[in-house]
Amino acid sequence: MSTQHAVHQTLPPEPERATLEGRNKVLGFWLFLAGECVLFGSLFATFVALRDQTNGGPAAAELFQLPMVALTTVILLTSSLTSVLGILAMHRNKLAQTQAWFVVTVLLGLFFLGLEIYEFVEYYRHGHRLTSSAFGSAFYTLVGFHGGHVLFGILWISLLIAQSFKKGLTVVTAPKFYVASLYWHFVDLVWVFIFTVVYLMGMVA
Amino acid sequence: MSDLATYAERKGLWSWLTTVDHKKIAILYLLAGGFFFLLGGLEAILMRIQLMYPNSEFLSGSTFNELLTMHGTTMIFLAAMPLIFAFMNAVVPLQIGARDVAFPFINALGFWLFLFGGLLLNLSWFLGGAPDAGWTAYPPLSSGHDFSDQGIDYYVLGLQIAGIGTWIGGINFIATIVNMRAPGLTFMRLPMFTWGTFVTSVLILFAFPAITVSLVLLMFDRLFGANFFDVNAGGNVVIWQHFFWIFGHPEVYILILPAFGIISEVVATFSKKRLFGYSSMVFAMVLIGFLGFMVWAHHMFTVGMGPVANALFGISTMLIAVPTGIKVFNWLFTMWGGRIRFTTANLFAVGFIPTFVIGGTTGVMLSVPPADYQYHDSYFVVAHFHYTIVGGMAFALFAGLYYWWPKMFGTMLNETLGKWNFWLFFIGFHLTFFPQHFLGLMGMPRRIFTYQEGIGLDLGNFLSSLGAFTMGLSTVFLLINIIVTLKSGQAAPADPWDGRTLEWAVSSPAPEYNFAQMPLVRGLDALWTEKRNGDGKLLPAEPLAEIHLPSPTILPFLMSVGLFIAGLGFIYHLIPVIVGGLAVTLICMVIRSLVDDPGYHVWPRELEDPERGVDA
Ligand code: HEM
Ligand SMILES: [Cu+2]
Repeated sequence: MSTQHAVHQTLPPEPERATLEGRNKVLGFWLFLAGECVLFGSLFATFVALRDQTNGGPAAAELFQLPMVALTTVILLTSSLTSVLGILAMHRNKLAQTQAWFVVTVLLGLFFLGLEIYEFVEYYRHGHRLTSSAFGSAFYTLVGFHGGHVLFGILWISLLIAQSFKKGLTVVTAPKFYVASLYWHFVDLVWVFIFTVVYLMGMVA
Repeated sequence: MSDLATYAERKGLWSWLTTVDHKKIAILYLLAGGFFFLLGGLEAILMRIQLMYPNSEFLSGSTFNELLTMHGTTMIFLAAMPLIFAFMNAVVPLQIGARDVAFPFINALGFWLFLFGGLLLNLSWFLGGAPDAGWTAYPPLSSGHDFSDQGIDYYVLGLQIAGIGTWIGGINFIATIVNMRAPGLTFMRLPMFTWGTFVTSVLILFAFPAITVSLVLLMFDRLFGANFFDVNAGGNVVIWQHFFWIFGHPEVYILILPAFGIISEVVATFSKKRLFGYSSMVFAMVLIGFLGFMVWAHHMFTVGMGPVANALFGISTMLIAVPTGIKVFNWLFTMWGGRIRFTTANLFAVGFIPTFVIGGTTGVMLSVPPADYQYHDSYFVVAHFHYTIVGGMAFALFAGLYYWWPKMFGTMLNETLGKWNFWLFFIGFHLTFFPQHFLGLMGMPRRIFTYQEGIGLDLGNFLSSLGAFTMGLSTVFLLINIIVTLKSGQAAPADPWDGRTLEWAVSSPAPEYNFAQMPLVRGLDALWTEKRNGDGKLLPAEPLAEIHLPSPTILPFLMSVGLFIAGLGFIYHLIPVIVGGLAVTLICMVIRSLVDDPGYHVWPRELEDPERGVDA
């Protein structure tokens, strides 16, 4: 355990797994994501059960603008790629590159969030609201939960970038970047399901 | 936070608020869980006074509903869960030869979240009235404001906060058991209690998100006008039932699996025999954990799911009886031919076996869907689940308390008082719940606050109330025992019971760093192996060196206070309070991320005291 604070001039090849603390953190985070799967799974199930209960309001096929949703999907998937590039740079112990790629990731995340807010405002104006129908409740809860995850990820990764200017890449900071990128992939993966189950299947229904 | 402050110097309230030591967190869980256990018991006794005679006017119907709801909710979430966590914290790191848990900070956070969630829930008594829709809180009883008041908001937010605490606690124990085991301690050498903790933690990991979502849906309906459960706007109340039981049935195994672990340890130790059929015990436990996720709809046979679903869920429920039966027989075979010592701990363990078998039997009866149409929502179900939860889990908790008290506190509980505790509890328990089977068969519905005279329910209810008072009396004996022991308890040696597992190799209570050197494990029942094949001392797996430990911190406490405040803000629709509370929590998280904890170092050689025995 005492290796934790040793200053490494050369970062070990897999810095996130170099200490017991790091290994614990990575394992714990995978477990966290496993639980999150159940969380989103339950929200998806709720949505599927209630998607047709529009209570006289607009149905999915009338609301959704597929081109824009496709754009947000591309943006989010690209941000997954940039976070991978960030981790690859981290493994090569290139601080500036790591920071740069994560900054791009955050910017893409913000772009996504902006489009999503715009989308929600549009729907709201068409009378599709949390309170308007069971479909509305299920839609905003599921998609909004995902959006909340994106927001949290943006704040979190920004905080990591900020502290990396002072702390650099060490066996303490590397696991943090690593689990944050795991989180970001997970959030993107959930979006792929949202895109399929909510939007694509909503259009054909 | 100084490097110089030693364990002994850190005393007083502040050290408890800031501790990240699993042994101290265990004591906190025991205190808080014990407090809620007494509170839930008091609520039960008030209900039993009301039901003692027909047409009684001791309580009003609405107060009865509040007591009923709070009793169930408190006992499951605020008493049983934390008491399990108390033993998991006190024992598991020691049993696996670890210095600490994987995430000491998260461990502390889990405790404070549970405590503040519980306090928030109970605050409802003083503000706006307690929740009154049953511990299952089915909508529409719970969702609209037609049937229930603000109490349900306290239920939703209190349980949400407490539930997150339990969930992260589960993650901590999985990571601890996977990553922190001493060299040589393979999975098939883990003590049964550690196995129980492991499987239970996996169940917590997958089950708690389901109730998180149920509570979110209910919260959105109640606070933000969503329509999940509003049938007029297209909602569906059965969704709640599914999610509640997808959580709720695994929850009963979350409670019972560590209890099975405790019974296995206690029975083996006091029979002076190796646990019979260790590997089949492990197999049975894992299988029960797995099947536990397949049976939730046996709580919904009468909802109208149709014959196919009912048949499938009925059969999968019956299947669970098989691994459970394996465990019962293995306990019996462990005792068979053993040199049994009837200490209080073992009395509770032995008393557990027939009691739990009765509970399991009524469970199989309930799992037959056509029969369940008769039993459902009657006192028969009340009898069933009290035989499993009280006769199962609570008996095991008592056994664990008497067994591990010396390791936790360094003193021995009084055995004479302990036996009073056991016999009164055992007799009181059966007197309370055995007649309830028949009350149910004679048609007494559950959750009613009174009944007519002369319809055959008088005697059963009278006996049941007498039994409840007897259990209350037995708890008084436990309290006296604890007070006497704290005042003038006899000091406990490291290994008072001639134990088999690693926790008995360190002094009582364990030193701050648990093991001066990580032990080398050379067989199942690591300490017993050394007693038989070695000189009774553990072999070290590492050289004696300074030990690094995490610093205490107030952040987990503050984070929980923040969520508590935000919860109140939600209940009263006060946006500044919500924002302020959440800000406190988020700022603590930022501080946690920015400020690296250097920890502090301990030199075991300096602390080593020949009187306390060699620590490994
Ligand atoms: C492991 C220990 C067990 C515990 C702690 C436990 C707990 C419970 C609880 C709390 C309830 C009532 C929930 C409510 O409506 O408020 C219940 C109902 C039920 N239990 Fe168990 N149980 C256990 C074992 C079993 C077993 C082994 C079986 C069957 C093999 C079983 C079958 C059932 C069924 C079918 C019901 C639903 C009855 C109804 O509502 O009509 N249980 N149990
Ligand atoms: Cu069940």
